[in-house]
Amino acid sequence: MSVGRIKSRPIYKGLVPDASAKRHLIVAEGEGAEAVAALEAKASYGFLERAAIFYVVSGARGQEHKSRLEALGADVFYSFPSIPTLLFRLNGVLTTATMGVRLYVSGTEGFIGQVLQAALSHGIDHQCVLTEHHGSLARRVQCIHCKGFTEMVKTNLVKCEHCGITLLVRDHYSRRLGAFMGVSADAETPGELPPSQENFP
Amino acid sequence: MSGHSQIEVRVGEIETVARDIKRFRLEPASGTTLPLFSAGSHVRVTMTDGAKSFCNPYSLMGSPTEGASYQISVLKTAMSRGGSHFMHDTLKLDSRLKISHPVNLFPVDQRGRKHILIAGGIGITPFISMAEQLSCAGRPFELHYVIRDRGRGAYASDLTAKYGPRVRIYCRSDDEQLPLSRLLDNQPLGTHLYVCGPASMIEGVLASARAEGWPNENLHTEHFLAPPVGEPFKVRLEKSSLSVNVGERQSILEAVEAAGVDAPYLCRGGACGQCETNVLSADGEIVHNDHYLTSEDRRLGKKIMICISRFKGNGLVVDL
Repeated sequence: MSVGRIKSRPIYKGLVPDASAKRHLIVAEGEGAEAVAALEAKASYGFLERAAIFYVVSGARGQEHKSRLEALGADVFYSFPSIPTLLFRLNGVLTTATMGVRLYVSGTEGFIGQVLQAALSHGIDHQCVLTEHHGSLARRVQCIHCKGFTEMVKTNLVKCEHCGITLLVRDHYSRRLGAFMGVSADAETPGELPPSQENFP
Repeated sequence: MSGHSQIEVRVGEIETVARDIKRFRLEPASGTTLPLFSAGSHVRVTMTDGAKSFCNPYSLMGSPTEGASYQISVLKTAMSRGGSHFMHDTLKLDSRLKISHPVNLFPVDQRGRKHILIAGGIGITPFISMAEQLSCAGRPFELHYVIRDRGRGAYASDLTAKYGPRVRIYCRSDDEQLPLSRLLDNQPLGTHLYVCGPASMIEGVLASARAEGWPNENLHTEHFLAPPVGEPFKVRLEKSSLSVNVGERQSILEAVEAAGVDAPYLCRGGACGQCETNVLSADGEIVHNDHYLTSEDRRLGKKIMICISRFKGNGLVVDL
C-alpha cells in the first residue's frame, strides 16, 4: 500500500558551496555532519571565514562529529543538545539576517523540514535553501484528524501519539508544517489494517 | 489554444505625460466595468491601421481595484514597426480598440518582507500599480526611478507627491546615478527586488544582485520587446502542410495567424514562453530575440519563440 510519485515529496539535491553568498549559515544534525565536512572540502579559500555552523549533537557518533566540525574553524560554531534548542537560536539569527545569507541544511528529513519551516517564516524561498539528507529516513507525521505531530516514524502504519488513531503514512508533504500526512488506515473497514512494514528505517 | 476572448474599449482620455510618452485611458465600449487586475499585469492591445495589424503588450497603470477604466502609457519609439506611431499619431479620443484580458507575468511576491522597485524610463509603468497595491496593503517598499532628463520623467512628480521619500528619482542628465551597491547591501532577509527598463539596465541590476548573493527567487524582471524588423523569410509549418512568408515588418506568429493557423501565445513580447515552438529543421541561422530560452536552448537550436525571433537562411521547418 505504498503511495508513489507524489509531487510534494521533497527532493534533497545535496550541499554545494554558493560562492556568491555573503554569509553561509550551515545547520546540521547527527549524521548530517558528514555533508558539512564534504561541503567544506568542496569550498574555496575563505568560505569558513564567512560561515556559521550550528550542530545538533545526536546519533551514535554525535560527539565525534561535534569535535570534527568544531575543528574546521568556522567563524562561528555552536552545538545544541536538541532540535528545538537549535531552532530557537536559528530563529534569533534569521530575525536580523540580511539578503546574501545562504542556508545549508543536512540531517534527517524531520530536521530538514523543521529548519525549512523556520526559513519560510523569515521570508526565505525554499528553493534557495541547499539541503542534503543524512541519517534515518524516519518521518515527522501530522495526523490529519487531530493535527498532532508524531516524530521519528519508521513504519507505514503508526499510532497517533495524540488521538490514538492508526495512521497510514503518505508521501504527501507539507512545507508549511514540515511534515508528512498521516491518514486513518482503517477508515473504510474499522479494524482491517494493511500489513505493517518498516518503510523509513 | 489561443482563442483568447477580447474586450472592446474606447479611448476616453489621451494625455502627453512626458516627451514622446502618452497616457491613454481605456474605457469599456459597452458601458460595463473591466476585469480587476493584480499589480504588474499587462494587456495586449490590438491595433488595426488599414491593412496592417499590430498587437503589443502594455502594462496596466493605475489602481488594480479600479474597474471603470484601464490606463496604459506608450513611448513613441524611433525603431517601431508602427504600433507606437499608430497609438501616438492615429488614435483619437473615442477611437475603438480591442484588448486582451489582463495577464500578469510580473506579480508582486506576496511573501516578501520588503520590496525594492527599480525602473528605467518607460519601465516605470508596471510599478505605478505595484506601488499603489503595496501602499494600500501597508507593505514596505522603495521605488527607484532612473530617467534620462527631466523632460522624460513620466509620472515622476505624481509618484513623489503620492509616496514621498519612498520614491527616489535619478536624473542621468544631472549626473545622478542609481546607488545600486548601497541598495543591495544590508537589506533584510525576505526582500524582493523588481526591475523594469532598458535591457542593459536590467542585466546590470540582476548581475550585481546575484554577485551580492541575492538568490534568483528574490529577483523579478519584465522586459517586453517589440518584434524587430528584418529581411523577409519563409517558414514551413509541418503539421499544417503550409508554407508562409514572413514579411520584413511581421513576426512569424503574425504570419502564421494571417495564414489561418492557430498558434499558442500570451505576451507577444518575448517574455512569457508560451509561444515556444519546436524547430524540426533549419538551414540557416535562427535569430533569437527573446528573453525566455536558455543559452543551452539557443545552442541546440531546437526551439524558437515565434512572437519575436527571426530566421536568416533558406529553410526553417517548425512543428505547427
